[in-house]
Amino acid sequence: MQPFEYASPKTLKEALALLGGGWSDAAVLAGGTDLISLMKDEVMSPKRVVNIKEIAELKGISKTAAGIRIGALATVDEVLSNPLIRASFPALTEAARGVASPQIRNMGTFGGDLCQRPRCWYFRAGFGLIPRHEGKDLVAEGDNRYHAIFGNGPARFVSASSFGPALVALGAKIKLASPSGTREVDAEKFFLAPSSSDVREVDLKPNEILTEVIVPATAAKNATYEVRQKDALDWPLATASVALTMKGSTVASARVVLGHVAPTPWVSAEAAKAIEGKAVTAETAEAAGKAAVAAARPLSMNAYKVQIAAAAVKRALMAAAGVKA
Amino acid sequence: MPEYRWPEMSKRKVMGKRLNRLDGVEKASGRAKYSSDLNKPGMLHGATLVCPYAHARVKSIDTSAAEKHPGVTGVHVVSPAGTEIQWAHWEVAFVAAETELAARDALKKIKVEYEVLPHVVHEKDLNKVQSRAKAAGEQIEGDPDQALKEAAVVSEGFYGIPVLEHSCLEPHGNVVSWTPDNKVELNPTTQAVTSIRGDMARAVNVPVANVHVHQDHIGGGFGSKFQPDRWGVAAAHLSKAAGGRPVKIFLDRQIEQVIAGCRPSAFARIKLAANKEGKITLWESQSWATGGFTGGGSPPIPYVYTRIPNQRKNHSAVSTNTAPIRAWRAPNHPQASYLTCAAMDDLAAKMKMDPLELFLKNVDLTARADTYERQLKKAAEMAEWKKLWHPRGDSGRGPLKRGLGIGVCTWGGAGHDSTARCNIHPDGTVEVELGSQDLGTGTRTVIAQVAAESLGLRVNDIRVKIGDTNYPPSGTSGGSTTVGGVSSSTRKATLNALEKLFEEVAPALGAPATELEAVDGKIQVKGNPAKSLDWKAACAKLGVKTISETGQNIPRDAPKEGLNTGGVGGVQIADVTVDVETGIVKMNRIVAVQDCGTVINPKTAESQIYGAIIMSICGALMEERVLDAVTGRMLNNEMEFYKLAGIKDVGEILVHLEIDEINDKRGVIGLGEPPAIGGIAAIANAVANAIGVRVPIVPMTPMNVLNTLSGRMS
Amino acid sequence: MAPALLEQPAQAQTPAGVLGPGAVPVTLTINGKPMKVSVEPRETLLDVLRNKLDLTGAKRVCDRGTCGACSVLVNGKVMYACTILAIDAQGKQITTVEGFALSGGRPHPVVQAFVNHDAQQCGYCTPGFVVAAKAFLDSNPNPTYEQVKDGLGGNLCRCGTYIGIRQAVLEAAKTMKGGSNA
Repeated sequence: MQPFEYASPKTLKEALALLGGGWSDAAVLAGGTDLISLMKDEVMSPKRVVNIKEIAELKGISKTAAGIRIGALATVDEVLSNPLIRASFPALTEAARGVASPQIRNMGTFGGDLCQRPRCWYFRAGFGLIPRHEGKDLVAEGDNRYHAIFGNGPARFVSASSFGPALVALGAKIKLASPSGTREVDAEKFFLAPSSSDVREVDLKPNEILTEVIVPATAAKNATYEVRQKDALDWPLATASVALTMKGSTVASARVVLGHVAPTPWVSAEAAKAIEGKAVTAETAEAAGKAAVAAARPLSMNAYKVQIAAAAVKRALMAAAGVKA
Repeated sequence: MPEYRWPEMSKRKVMGKRLNRLDGVEKASGRAKYSSDLNKPGMLHGATLVCPYAHARVKSIDTSAAEKHPGVTGVHVVSPAGTEIQWAHWEVAFVAAETELAARDALKKIKVEYEVLPHVVHEKDLNKVQSRAKAAGEQIEGDPDQALKEAAVVSEGFYGIPVLEHSCLEPHGNVVSWTPDNKVELNPTTQAVTSIRGDMARAVNVPVANVHVHQDHIGGGFGSKFQPDRWGVAAAHLSKAAGGRPVKIFLDRQIEQVIAGCRPSAFARIKLAANKEGKITLWESQSWATGGFTGGGSPPIPYVYTRIPNQRKNHSAVSTNTAPIRAWRAPNHPQASYLTCAAMDDLAAKMKMDPLELFLKNVDLTARADTYERQLKKAAEMAEWKKLWHPRGDSGRGPLKRGLGIGVCTWGGAGHDSTARCNIHPDGTVEVELGSQDLGTGTRTVIAQVAAESLGLRVNDIRVKIGDTNYPPSGTSGGSTTVGGVSSSTRKATLNALEKLFEEVAPALGAPATELEAVDGKIQVKGNPAKSLDWKAACAKLGVKTISETGQNIPRDAPKEGLNTGGVGGVQIADVTVDVETGIVKMNRIVAVQDCGTVINPKTAESQIYGAIIMSICGALMEERVLDAVTGRMLNNEMEFYKLAGIKDVGEILVHLEIDEINDKRGVIGLGEPPAIGGIAAIANAVANAIGVRVPIVPMTPMNVLNTLSGRMS
Repeated sequence: MAPALLEQPAQAQTPAGVLGPGAVPVTLTINGKPMKVSVEPRETLLDVLRNKLDLTGAKRVCDRGTCGACSVLVNGKVMYACTILAIDAQGKQITTVEGFALSGGRPHPVVQAFVNHDAQQCGYCTPGFVVAAKAFLDSNPNPTYEQVKDGLGGNLCRCGTYIGIRQAVLEAAKTMKGGSNA
């Protein structure tokens, strides 16, 4: 790890003043579960680390007129155990349950989950977000078993966020603050597929801090299904988050969002179309799962993820609708 | 000379009891000091610079800036200009400094120029690596061609198992000081307290007598921790350069996972033939493996069922630009068990025969027909084979498929050369001293149990002192040889000491020394508790003397003494559920029936079996070294994508240790390795049973399972 | 020109509240005691515990927040000390395994249960498991077998001691209740 300056401001305003115009100027530290490893591996070596954990206004989970506000500093464990979230947004509760381990859920924050960097092993080894070495495309020519099956490149990493797909499915808004003010971004637009290694994979500027997320109140039935090999301490191979607006027993409209299959949470209009107007059954859910992956373009080693993504969609739809397998 | 034989099973008071391990509280409370925990006065910290290329030549190396870095006391180059590097993460130089941070910062200031050379890191496709393959020469038994002609059934298959990394939780490393009086103090993490002393002495060219080794605990070894290694020698040189201050070097996990121990892969195309009753008549195999750049790695196949009458075997060792293998808990056996048992299971499936029947029908092809027959039947009973087994692939509707599979093992496990010293002090204190080590198997505890048994005392009356070269030499802990060795030497040393004590006490009890016995904390006339002295009073008769007697286990003589022996069999049956939509294999249960000899502590013995099976589950389902073809580097040299099972991933484990009067008469047999062999085979066969097809490549990850189910496995 | 000249020193100056990158004195509250130590901002809590305070019960194994061998309690919650900056641990109650495992020479019920069920072999992961188990039982005093497996998912063992650990945690749950009711 390279040396850095450290500050622990008490207010958002102070924190924002400590950030810089470039990514190497400063990094925001919350739970640290990703940043500290990145700094150890020297994938990131900021000159300054700004700890935001002492900023009260970034904490907490509360009910608002618009829905539920989740502060950036809410821990994953707080999300997991929050009854408001469990009652309305089981898709988020399930996503929280899938996060690594009790320790990580105690440390890691909601904002940190959204801003964490990809786990791509080439990226972590210092070859960049779109890793190349001696003119070769490392992901295409190398071991891409955990990489993207959607997105058409050049970025082939998968978004590591656990909450991203659920937030996109639920139409959440992400609030960002900078020294010049605040802005709000649709969750779907927050995640980006960069075209070069110099660009970030989220719509966040070096001098901005993610402050909170507003999940709009909804009657939609929602669920998340994660496929992980190991029960704990493992990254999903694919996930699906769904939100279904029901009309009686049929799906009036659906949002189906896949995780860990593309550089961003991947919205599947095809899967939504396949299930809309139908009742959720094992058969319709399976058909929607197939529709979700019809346009997948796997790499040399990860065709298996196409099958897993289809299964995740099927199972998330069934879970949301309360249909037993 | 005393009679060294073990007391009869029914008469033992301490041996055979399920006692808690003696160092349990010390370890679980965090008080135990491993060498990696040492903070010695004046200690310097080291850091390791490794090469990022899988094959390269060092053109130049400039350490001047690093040497000038504040806090640095020395830089030790191990790969000078001209060195041809043959694997990534090869050690280039070590730095010692006042703090870990300073050492790491200085490392970045070492400038190395490399000439990058072409590399080969993958061996799965033998055709692609022919130039790197060295054939061992064909081995033929019987008449394989004729056997093929006469066969009623022929089954062919391809099977593979990758390189795994030892992943000891305590990384390799040591604290070393080499003082101006030419003495070397070594605190290693080692399976070889006694022998590492001589290895270090040779490596730094000092007399063996000048080297002292001390280690209280070792945080995992599994066969990878025997030598001082480059980091040990470097630490010694860096200490010398710093006037003898202790230097601590432990590898970073990212380096540990690559160069500090891996086991060879094994791939094979196997042809098995049988007559129509299912008697195996032919084995043909073309196998290959990589043991890293230096080669090595050859599974002993056919395994356990070695007496197949007609055999044709070809094996090639593939040299790749990867770090060399080290011994791994039952070297080559898990691979051999997997290759053999999977091929047998496939033969049974082809014959539409119950594999249990096939394994049973052919037990005469093993060296222990009775043992395997008994164990197969017992394991089948415990695994509810009759109720749960079904023909391959006949697993019902729905995505969850359940299956059962069998794996077998064999191992030696006779005791190593070991000398113990027993000191009986006038105040009654008893010490047992050995230059041995406790890998977590419970060595301290079994030594105390044996000593207490011999002396008629309780385990807490015995002070076990191991892990130091001031104690008598004891063998390396490899090959499951420790418990046989140390129990036998301890038995002899304690009885020799007791004999001396009897001589001292005899006059006071008015009986000849040969008529005394040690029972329940007393020295008494045989069978006459009325004529006795309690232990303390008896020892007081020593006056100012301390009895100090040794006893040695000499492997050559051990069989006739009957204290330890080798040679066991074992059978494991796995019960799994496979989700065919996600490819995830979940363990329901594994049963293990394990042959054994005299068991000194059933509790710690069972722990060995639990642990061995969990290691097998990791290897069967998730562990795998992933290498990058382009850069030649390991991609998962950490613990996130180098996957190890967690507490919820291992299902239930049922152990049946065959402790009985007959087995007990064989003496002590080591148990660390045999149960670590058959699990991968059993799980692989269970998966095949569940999903109806063979997943040819281990580990059975979702990728490999789904690729197999979808016909993508080429 | 003049405003720029005026601004320049201000820019070069470190803003208020910014520490480092060199060593700074901090006070950490460890096992109830304030400990003064000088750390660079980049030093992890784990490295400070092990290298500067000789509290070596927490081990450095993966050093990337994946294996649990460095588990400590921070304000009562179990966390990975390898992934916490020491400077960031100021003002918090840090409990290491040394803080509770033995009191007056008597093993904590979790420690004793680990010993009773032989829930350790080489023992290198064990203190981390003991810390995680204590934290788990503090918030789940009556766990089921399945909950134990979920609650201890953040720690890895290479010797394969999970079977004993499951039983140990269940036993500790009973003895800890017995202790508090007595």
